[in-house]
Amino acid sequence: MSELHATPIEQLRLDNVHAFYGESHILHGIDMKVNRGELVTLLGRNGAGRSTILKSIMGMVGRRTGSIMVNGRETTRLPAFRIPRLGAGYCPEERGIFASLDVEENLLLPPTVRSGGMSLDEIYAMFPNLYERRRSQGTRLSGGEQQMLAMGRILRTGANLLLLDEITEGLAPVIVQKLAEVLVKLKERGLTIILVEQNFRFAAPLADRHYLIEHGRIAEEISAAELPGKMDLLHRQLGV
Amino acid sequence: MTLFDIPTAALLGQLMLGLINGAFYALLSLGLAIIFGLLKVINFAHGAQYMLGAFVALLLSRHFGIDYWAALILVPVLVGLSGCLLERFLLRPIANQNHLYSLLLTFGLALIMQNLFTNLYGSSGNAYPTPEVFRGAVNLGFMHLPLYRAWVIVAALAVCLAAWFVIEKTRLGAYLRAGTENPQLMQGFGINIPFLITLTYGFGAALAAFAGVLAAPLYSVSPTMGANLLIVVFAVVVIGGMGSIVGAVVTGLAMGLIEGLTKVIYPQAATTVIFAVMVMVLLLKPNGLFGKGA
Repeated sequence: MSELHATPIEQLRLDNVHAFYGESHILHGIDMKVNRGELVTLLGRNGAGRSTILKSIMGMVGRRTGSIMVNGRETTRLPAFRIPRLGAGYCPEERGIFASLDVEENLLLPPTVRSGGMSLDEIYAMFPNLYERRRSQGTRLSGGEQQMLAMGRILRTGANLLLLDEITEGLAPVIVQKLAEVLVKLKERGLTIILVEQNFRFAAPLADRHYLIEHGRIAEEISAAELPGKMDLLHRQLGV
Repeated sequence: MTLFDIPTAALLGQLMLGLINGAFYALLSLGLAIIFGLLKVINFAHGAQYMLGAFVALLLSRHFGIDYWAALILVPVLVGLSGCLLERFLLRPIANQNHLYSLLLTFGLALIMQNLFTNLYGSSGNAYPTPEVFRGAVNLGFMHLPLYRAWVIVAALAVCLAAWFVIEKTRLGAYLRAGTENPQLMQGFGINIPFLITLTYGFGAALAAFAGVLAAPLYSVSPTMGANLLIVVFAVVVIGGMGSIVGAVVTGLAMGLIEGLTKVIYPQAATTVIFAVMVMVLLLKPNGLFGKGA
């Protein structure tokens, strides 16, 4: 965390969050707190509920109870479309690139939610591939380019809390490396990032803290400093 | 001069009339396609909203002396607003139910409106005066084209083109296209999808009403005018592909022309030819000519 924030500013706080899809009870009382500028990962096996935590924050689950504070505002009673306007930017696991829009239209689609977002030029500078293919249909891009598009799309809006779901999944190592560099830059800009990640080797050097999620609960909270001592536990739990 | 034993003048004349019908098909199927795209509602009230457009224009002229040009703007706004209310208070509560519910609801509303107007104004048609500037005809060489009919083609095509521009080239259109694909993610970007849905339904209803005002001086204004047309328009939408904007417009015009052509070649089949085309398209390309897959 940067010295500028000597007193940490609470960016996100979950208190006893339960989430449901129809009859299925997915999250069983999640408590977590993320400060401004932190990069936190949610580790766990498939189906542990990591993506559901992000979707709960965005109001995209069937029902949620407990308390979810985004930038100091309670959101559990807000309609889903109000939550991004508090500064939350969401990058879904399936990337959500729109086939009926070209690359630039995809980039310009999400409305600005607060000031301080990146300009189109800055995003193109960060992802030169997107500039070259700005007139292509969004879904014609390669998997890696689509991922860059899905990330670039939320950087323009000024969102300062990024929820990134499995951004390295299925991508070539060179692109994963590129995404790691991008995350470092975003962290330098003071953005708060929550990363759902399967690729532990990608996440470990970037993160300030890790939450290990199991069966819809937080099984363990591990700071970057504690990580070396917890490797055995993680190997056992994640099978990495 | 003849072509396949058909006088060229008759052929061109019928094609021109077909183009006018096609302009109405295009306007109406465009509205249906936009509504279906975002709401997944098969709007059976569309014919009634077209009829409402013609009737409101007639009543405004009779009781308030509001002329054609003012009606052309005012009536779509009024019917569009009524569409917004209909969506907000009747369609939204059943939005998460099976699509059959909205189909039945709009069908029921169409019947109510149709019969209400029949009760109030009788089932026979009412004449709406042709605006002064369009009285008269222009000689095209092969036919005398009444000026008003020429205007209908121009106005309908202009509105279709404007709608296409808004949908394909503007930010609002991008919201509409993206919302059609993935409404949940659009909410995740901060787009008020429920509001966009209300606006879209209102816009579709306004398009139908615009077509109704255009039709008023051309056909007699009667409570069943929409019901008769809607069946053909649904066939057009099926041929073009549900939810395809360009498909709706192109198919609408093409079907009008095919109908006109059939009137010359084999008049007995003119009213059924569109349905024959629909059957063929359904057999060969079930998603429609411009459909993108199920």
